[in-house]
Amino acid sequence: MKRLFNSIITLALLTLSGCATTTPRNESRLDIISRRNSLVCGISGKIPGFSFLDSNGQYSGLDVDICKAFAAAFIGDSSKVEYRPLTAAERFTALRTGEIDVLSRNTTFNLSRDSIGGNGLSFGPVVFHDGQGVMVSKKSGINSLYDLASKSICVGSGTTTEQNINDALESLSIPYTPIKYQDLNQVVSGYRQGRCQAMTSDRSQLAAARSSFPDSTDHVILDETLSKEPLSPASVGGDQKLSDAVRWVIYALISAEEKGITKDNIKMKLQLAKDNPQLKPLRRFLGVEGDLGKKIGLSNDFVFKVISSTGNYGEIYNKNLGSNSNVPIPRGLNKLYKKGGIQISPPFN
Amino acid sequence: MRISKGIFVQITLAISLFLLIFILFNNLYVNLINKQIGFTFNWLLRPAGFALSESSLNYSPSNSYAWALFVGWINSLKIILSSLIFSTLLGIIVGLFSKSKNKLLRKFSSIYVGLIRQIPLLVQLMFWYFVVFLGFNNSNNDHYSHFFSVSNKGINILNLNLTTEFSALLFGLSVFTGAYIAEVIRGGINSVPSGQWEAFKSVGLSEIQGVFYIIIPQSLPAIIPGLTSQYLNLAKNSTLAIAVGYADIYAISDTVINQTGRAIEGFLILLLSFLFLNLIITYAMEFLNRFVIANQNRRIR
Repeated sequence: MKRLFNSIITLALLTLSGCATTTPRNESRLDIISRRNSLVCGISGKIPGFSFLDSNGQYSGLDVDICKAFAAAFIGDSSKVEYRPLTAAERFTALRTGEIDVLSRNTTFNLSRDSIGGNGLSFGPVVFHDGQGVMVSKKSGINSLYDLASKSICVGSGTTTEQNINDALESLSIPYTPIKYQDLNQVVSGYRQGRCQAMTSDRSQLAAARSSFPDSTDHVILDETLSKEPLSPASVGGDQKLSDAVRWVIYALISAEEKGITKDNIKMKLQLAKDNPQLKPLRRFLGVEGDLGKKIGLSNDFVFKVISSTGNYGEIYNKNLGSNSNVPIPRGLNKLYKKGGIQISPPFN
Repeated sequence: MRISKGIFVQITLAISLFLLIFILFNNLYVNLINKQIGFTFNWLLRPAGFALSESSLNYSPSNSYAWALFVGWINSLKIILSSLIFSTLLGIIVGLFSKSKNKLLRKFSSIYVGLIRQIPLLVQLMFWYFVVFLGFNNSNNDHYSHFFSVSNKGINILNLNLTTEFSALLFGLSVFTGAYIAEVIRGGINSVPSGQWEAFKSVGLSEIQGVFYIIIPQSLPAIIPGLTSQYLNLAKNSTLAIAVGYADIYAISDTVINQTGRAIEGFLILLLSFLFLNLIITYAMEFLNRFVIANQNRRIR
C-alpha cells in the first residue's frame, strides 16, 4: 500500500516536472547550437547533386554544402554537422519539435509553410530555383500535358508536387490517375517498371533520376513547367536570431560570388582589405571593420569562415550541379542577376 | 473496512490517472497555443485539392479533407477485410497440411511457414509489387482476358478490376498473415487429445469427415484468441500500403498532414480510426468466441 502511494506521488512529481520543462524558453536555437558545438541538419539523402551518399560514405551535394556553410558560420567548423535524412512528410515535424536545427532538404518556399497559420516555419533565401516538370519516355508519344489524358502519373506523396500536378491538370480538365509513393526511389521504380506512363517532380530531381537510367537518352522532360519551386533552407518560426543568421549566411555565399571572392582567393582578399582602409564595402563584408557579424549573433569574420570552407555560391553550384558534375543541370535562373539569372544578395551594410 | 480501503485506492488511482491525462493534454494544448499553432479541426472542411488513385466512393479533389480521409478509411477497410478472408482460407489449408499424412504436404507447409516468417513484411510487399505485379507484361490480348487476366495494370476478373497496388497488397498481406494463421490452426488442432482421432476412426469416419466434424469444432476455443490477435496485426500491418502506393487511410493522412501542417490533429484522427477498426474486429471475434463456447456447452450437455 505504501509503495502504491509512493508511486502515485512519484508519478505526480514527474508530471509536474514535465510541465516545468515544456514552458517556452526565450533562448535562441543559435545559442543552443554553439553550446552543443554541433549543428543538426535535416537533409533528404536520396537526391544526387543535392544530398546523396558518395563513394566514401559521406553526404555530398548542394543541400549538404549549405549545411556546412551554416556550421562554419555558427560554430566555426564546417565539419561539425550531424546529418539527419528525413522523408518529405517527416521534415516539418522534425524541425518544429526541435529534432533538427535547420532544414536543408530541397524544400519549396511557399505561403502555407512560411505562415503562423500554416506550418509555422521561417524560410531563408532561395538556394535553388526549380520548377516542376513531367518526364516521359520518348516511345510513349506524349509531347504535351494534353497527351497525359487518362494516363497514370507517378508522384511522391506529401509534397507540393502532388498538389501542383492536380492543379495544372484539373484546370485543363485533363483526367488522370495519380499513383502516390512515399519516397522518390519508389516513384522512380514505379515509372521504370511501367506502372505509370509519366512521372512528375521538380525538374532537378527528374534530371538527377534520369542520370542513373541506363537508357537515359530515351527519356524526355516535357517543356511545360507546372510550377515555381524556389527551394530554401528553413528554420523554426519565431526565432529571429536563428532565421537572421540563416538568411545572411546564404546571402554571404551569393554576395561573395558577386564580389568575385572564392575559396582560393579569400586569404588574398582579406589581406587586401586589411591593407587598404579605403575599400570600405570589402572591409565590412569580411569583418575587418564594423560589426555586421555581431549584429546577427555570429562572429565578425563569419564570411571568411564560410567562404574559406565551402567557397561561394557559384563554386558550390558548379561542384555539385555544374557541367562536369555527375548531375549536370543548366544554371538558368540560378545565375547571378548580372548574368541573366535572378540570384541577388541585398547589401551588407 | 478492508473493502472501503480497496475502493479508496482505486478511486485515488483513477483520479490520478485522469489528472495525468488532463495535465498532459493541457500541457500540449497550452504549448500549441503559445507557439501559435493552436488545436482545431476547422481545416477538415476545406477542399483537399489532391486526387486519389482509387476510391470506392465518389471523390474529387474539390471534396473536403474529411471526405478524403473517410474514403481512405473505406479503402483500408476494403484491403483489411479481403486479406482477412484470403489469409484465413490460406491459413486453414496450410494448417491442415501440417497435420496431413502426406509427407509432401507436410514439408510444403513447414517450408512456407518458415520462409514467410523470416522475411520482413515490407520486403515481401515490395517483392509482390515491384517484382511480381509490375513484372507482368502489359499485353491483354490472350483469349482468356474476358474472364481473367493479370497484367501490370492489375487483375481483371469478369467485370471486377483490381488495381496493381491493391492486388500486390492483397497477396502480400494474405500470404504473410496466412503463415501465422496456419501456426495458430496447427496449435489448435494439437490441443485436441489424440484419443479423439482414434475415436472418430473407430466409428468409421473418414479422415476429412473426422477433421471437420470432430477435430476442428473442439480446437476452435484454442484457435479463436490467437486468430483475433493475427487479425488485429493484419489491420495494423495494412498501413504499409503507402510503400506500394495504395491510397489507404495512413497514406492519405500523410498527404493531409503535409498540406495542412496539422500533425497532432491528423495523428489523433488516424489513431481513433484505427482504434475504431480494431474494436470492430475485437468485438466480432469476441462474439464468435462466445457463440462457439455456448455451442460447445450445449453439445456437452
